[in-house]
Amino acid sequence: MLRYTLLRLLGAIPTLLFVIALAFLMVRAAPGGPFDSERALPPEIEANIERHYHLDEPLPKQFVRYLGGLLKGDLGPSFRYRDYTVGELIGNAFPMSLKLGSMAMLLALVVGIGAGVVAALRQGSLLDRAVMAAAMTGISIPVFVIAPVLVLLFAVKLRWLPAGWSGGGGAAALILPVITLALPQIAYIARLMRASMIDVLGSDFIRTARAQGLGTVSIIRYHALKPALLPVLSYLGPAIAGILTGSVVVEEVFGVPGLGQFFVRGALNRDYTLVLGIVIFYATLIVLLNLLVDILYGVIDPRVRYR
Amino acid sequence: MTKLRVLLVALMALLFAACGGSSDSQVSVLNRGLATDPESLDPHKARTTQAADVLRDIGEGLTSYSADGTLVAGAAERWEVSDDGRQWTFVIREAARWSNGDALTAGHFEFSLKRLVDPGTTSFYAQVIDDVVESVAATDERTLAIRLKQPTPYFLDLLTHPSTFPVHVPSFEQYGDAFARPGRYVSNGAYVLDTWLPGSIIILKRNTNYWNNAETAVDVVRHHVVTQEVAELNRYRSGELHITSVVPPDGFAQIREAFGDQLRVAPYLGVYYYGFNLTRPPFADNVALREALSMAIDREALVEKVLGRGELPAYSWVPPGTWNYDPVQLSFAGLSQSERNSIAKQRYREAGYGDDEPLEIELRFNTNDTHKRVALAVSAMWREVLGVETRLINEESSVFLANVRQRDVTQVFKGSWIGDFNDAHTFLGVMQAGSSTNMTAYASEDYDALMQRAASQDRIDRRRLYLEEAERLLLADHPVIPLYFYVSKHLVSPEVKGWGDNVLDYHYSQHLSLDVAP
Repeated sequence: MLRYTLLRLLGAIPTLLFVIALAFLMVRAAPGGPFDSERALPPEIEANIERHYHLDEPLPKQFVRYLGGLLKGDLGPSFRYRDYTVGELIGNAFPMSLKLGSMAMLLALVVGIGAGVVAALRQGSLLDRAVMAAAMTGISIPVFVIAPVLVLLFAVKLRWLPAGWSGGGGAAALILPVITLALPQIAYIARLMRASMIDVLGSDFIRTARAQGLGTVSIIRYHALKPALLPVLSYLGPAIAGILTGSVVVEEVFGVPGLGQFFVRGALNRDYTLVLGIVIFYATLIVLLNLLVDILYGVIDPRVRYR
Repeated sequence: MTKLRVLLVALMALLFAACGGSSDSQVSVLNRGLATDPESLDPHKARTTQAADVLRDIGEGLTSYSADGTLVAGAAERWEVSDDGRQWTFVIREAARWSNGDALTAGHFEFSLKRLVDPGTTSFYAQVIDDVVESVAATDERTLAIRLKQPTPYFLDLLTHPSTFPVHVPSFEQYGDAFARPGRYVSNGAYVLDTWLPGSIIILKRNTNYWNNAETAVDVVRHHVVTQEVAELNRYRSGELHITSVVPPDGFAQIREAFGDQLRVAPYLGVYYYGFNLTRPPFADNVALREALSMAIDREALVEKVLGRGELPAYSWVPPGTWNYDPVQLSFAGLSQSERNSIAKQRYREAGYGDDEPLEIELRFNTNDTHKRVALAVSAMWREVLGVETRLINEESSVFLANVRQRDVTQVFKGSWIGDFNDAHTFLGVMQAGSSTNMTAYASEDYDALMQRAASQDRIDRRRLYLEEAERLLLADHPVIPLYFYVSKHLVSPEVKGWGDNVLDYHYSQHLSLDVAP
């Protein structure tokens, strides 16, 4: 298995190189540059800045220079944040995004699974319909609409929670962003869970369990939950993707200093190195996560063999 | 299921912990909105107005402004100027200190001004000082001698600009260009940098070594980076911000109604204009056409019906309220709009266009709600009065700027200019031939000659006449269509005392205090 892991890691290198090259070319292809402004620079200063950031060199040379830096773990200086390097910015922002994302994921799982099970047990009842209606609404309304509505309600009208993350604001400031990010996922998971639970509850082994006199709670707990969870587990991948993309909007609206926000602003500001750095970071993360999942499959299912 | 229960309990606990906020009533904390992160807090590398807003809190130049925008002494306690207006001598305050207690010396200013103009520093503002200053030298610990290339009436205003702030030389020697960061930053203003989380917040703490510390009321200033105008408004409404950096354009009437005198709208030294690409047809060598387009725009309707936030219609290039200046008006400023329209039609025909042969042009702007509304209104006016067919093109701002600079596809473009200091030169200098900020490629030898003569005058009344003459020439050539003058807009909480409206829209935190309601 060690051999397999190593081979997979080696196999990831061309993929990453391709991603880096593509991203490098694409950010440069966008018109304009990082130092554009209506207040144009005197030519000699502009030339100095370009020399300082090696923007005056031909693209292939810049690319090789960039790769050389990468090998040393250096993602370069940010063009927009002139006092920071890209490594520092990502280092500060990623823990924030991770915290936000994992809390949202956790909330989505707990509430989504719970609501799904309850709806399945009361299939056809008013409660079931209410849960499903709420879930449908949750799926249909985009994050950029939910966020301001929550802010208006909980921050402006009721003043229970802060409208934005404001540096050391404590856990309170994260509640609205986490809920906003989790809502669409809660809705999805609840629907999945309900369908899958109804399916499982109708199967023969559950009927057998009932016949043996087991109560509903025990049936769910010991027999139905595990098989019913499988579709939800396979939905985790898309859910993580959804939370990543959702975080771009949520971070912007609530002022959470996470990666999504830097990615969008970096692109708008033509902060080449920052955009590239985040792309490479995400690409590496995804490659590693995929590898981890493949290895875990083998652990869970002994029929999978590594060669 | 027990795990689930634990998780639920943990979540509940989190919620409860969050609701019980704690506050320390001893420390006075001011929360301000900031539209975007500064690109740097190194005074020589900062560029945006937002960076300057933060820098004015943590640094101080030789001169400064009071809350209402009056020029006052800053780090220098007094100064003298020679009769020819070129030799300036500044005396630094004896009590002037850095935040670490070091004495602030004339040598620090000399070092900093030299670093500013050094091309290696790559400062965006180097040229502003380089155009004016010939030499700078510290003659002793507290005396700074500055020789100018020509008499410059706005020189004292220039010295309030953050690019002229001193940098702490020992810090620079220790950290090089990376001195402007939390934990390292030694500054000479009323506050010192405590925390900077890019994309989120900048926290400043009182500088107890500041010479005027006794007058500083607010202990902690928190500049919250909020890029979305509506998000900022919500944070103000929820009580998280005392001052907003802007006010959203949508629903302005409701905001005015809801907030009354918390809404502060004041004239601002900035002009919003449409520029012509003068290097290509149809606008090159066609003054009649440019004038016709300018006249056909009903500026009153534009500011009242389309903008409606207190903006002033623009009939000059230099905004009203500029120091020692009386802006020249466009020739048709005194006419009614219907009179203007009939002359515009005439000029349009003279230019070679008419109903059977209408002008077709592209109007370019960077994607933004306000720009779009103005463009829609102007193109409708052009169509109604002259029959011009206008195609609106909005582009992401970097793409837009690149296109305007290349002067290839661009015909008419949206432009704006915000004054760096309170003097007509900051506006008129833009239109000089070869100026990197001259987007239209306007080049007039007569105009440049008048600007040169203004620059060499040591008497401000004569200089003013030359500048006004230059503007008259500029307006007659119509390289630009001034549309309206900006206003600054903020929401300011009733708790905030000491706020002063001023044309530069500078609001130093050190002048503010918080009157917390009992």
